[in-house]
Amino acid sequence: MPLPIPPILSYALRRLFQAVPVVILIMIGTFLLLKLAPGDTVDALVGDMGGADAAFIERLRIEYGLDQPVWVQLWRYMSKLAMFDFGWSFVYEQPVSRILMDRLGTTLLLMATSLSVAFTIGIFLGAIAARRAYSTTDNLISTLGLIFYATPSFFLSLMMILLFSVKLGWLPVGGIKTITGFYTGWDHVVDVARHLIMPTAALSLIYLSFYLRLMRASVLEVAELDYVRTARAKGAGESRLMVHHIMRNALLPVVTLLGLQFSTVLGGSVVVETIFTLPGLGQLAYQSVIQRDMNTLMGIIFLCSIIVVVVNFLTDLLYARLDSRIKLT
Amino acid sequence: MTTAATDLPPPEPSRPVVLWRRFRRNRAALLGLFLFTLVVGMALTAGLIEPNDPLRRAGVPLTAPFANWDTPLGTDQLGRDILAMLFYGARISLLVGVVATLISIGIGIVIGALSGYFGGWVDDVLMRITEAFQTIPSFVLLLTLVAILGSKIEWIALAIGIVSWTAPARMVRAEFMALRNREFVDAARNLGVSNTAMIFKEIMPNAIPPIIVYASVVMALSILLESALAFLALGDPNYASWGNMIGQGRAVLRTAWYCAAIPGIAIVLTVLSFSLLGEGLNDALNPRQKK
Repeated sequence: MPLPIPPILSYALRRLFQAVPVVILIMIGTFLLLKLAPGDTVDALVGDMGGADAAFIERLRIEYGLDQPVWVQLWRYMSKLAMFDFGWSFVYEQPVSRILMDRLGTTLLLMATSLSVAFTIGIFLGAIAARRAYSTTDNLISTLGLIFYATPSFFLSLMMILLFSVKLGWLPVGGIKTITGFYTGWDHVVDVARHLIMPTAALSLIYLSFYLRLMRASVLEVAELDYVRTARAKGAGESRLMVHHIMRNALLPVVTLLGLQFSTVLGGSVVVETIFTLPGLGQLAYQSVIQRDMNTLMGIIFLCSIIVVVVNFLTDLLYARLDSRIKLT
Repeated sequence: MTTAATDLPPPEPSRPVVLWRRFRRNRAALLGLFLFTLVVGMALTAGLIEPNDPLRRAGVPLTAPFANWDTPLGTDQLGRDILAMLFYGARISLLVGVVATLISIGIGIVIGALSGYFGGWVDDVLMRITEAFQTIPSFVLLLTLVAILGSKIEWIALAIGIVSWTAPARMVRAEFMALRNREFVDAARNLGVSNTAMIFKEIMPNAIPPIIVYASVVMALSILLESALAFLALGDPNYASWGNMIGQGRAVLRTAWYCAAIPGIAIVLTVLSFSLLGEGLNDALNPRQKK
């Protein structure tokens, strides 16, 4: 007799079935795209060695399977990938999976801090702007939002470095920790946090502006609904109304955006990690493109796609928790 | 003596006049229009500021702004005139922005229209492709495309278009899905209008206003993406670009911060102008939406 499957599990399985073809599509597309690039791994290797004779080059090609037709190479790559074998990086002389695991933590930490800052401040300012719609406060907040959106993260980063590191000497210019510090315990946490302040600010500002705008519009819309009027008629104070009645529903579209934008934020980390020399996936992506480290680049794209799929799934769960009308089917 | 003509109501103002009246009510949008005109003016008059090559040596390296009137905004570490590069940079930003936006909106319209109009398996297939493009971090894809295609300015514009079409496509799809069951579409179908004519002549005109508004968003995004590429030294080295100026200014940030600050402000104001213009257009084209 089959056990009853809890709805959340069947939902997760169904989402998995939807996500797999998308990820496969991404990997096939990227593989073929990279095959279009002039030069292959062997060319890059031989270039590094300062040239080699034709027979040796030929032997390398055969060894790496690069003499095979593209579809055979694709099949080999995909079947290895299915076992989470990302291949070997000739630049780092390590398996790609090990490099990715080394870098993943930093990026996830930066994502977590940036998105929490952007989300919290964004919905807070958005709610204030909506409560005082069309007032000076609202205009000020909305204008700030537009300026935040228009400021490229790399420009903001440089200006922050100029002010807080060069002029004031308060914050470190880059890296994830003080290399000569050998801090442990709480000191280590403080040290890492100090290194994360500027990258987090640089990455979160642009997204803060999105959440702010959406939250403002959303609160204005929800505040017009009948149930809010009923609650007000029953004598709920304005602040209670905001926290208990409006917020929860107004958050729904903002949460959706949070999930939808996760891949964009991951992309944004390329610039920020490169400037602040944070050893994360974004910096690695930039370096692999420059050094033509194709296996590592493919590995990053695969890992990022998986992260985005997982985050979107988690957002849907959160969404269902916030709005009991939504059923996971 | 009276004439019958005075009893007639005044003529309806033409559509552009109505749109302009609605647009100008929004003061922020007027500011956007002013900034936009300024940037276009810079792009058009770049040849007057520096008739030859903006990347040539024009004075003593690292001259501060306002110190020498041959180079009013100073020079960078290679002695290049910042003002001249700023004007030529406006050309590149606008050029890449316009081309990338056309490509992005073009792909978005085709995919979104097919998906929303036909539905069914066409929609399924196209939406999976759209999801794939949305799942892969767009800036990583952009770097990859530029690495493969090369850093020529045309390829950069194409690559930006390729990574930014998903949002317009989803928007056009939603418009088509909302419109395809309306009465006028049924009526046209009964009259034997073909699918192509239905998409482009019957439904598309209704979807144009949101597309125009969205184009300003894509334009702002394209300018940001181009500048980020140029900052990372992946832009076209043959042209002056604001992002590249900031990237070079990074090396002299401690001593000559204006090298990075001046082009940075130019980017902020340009992107801001498109955001404000977009809001103004939205108010003018969809007046009912505003409360």
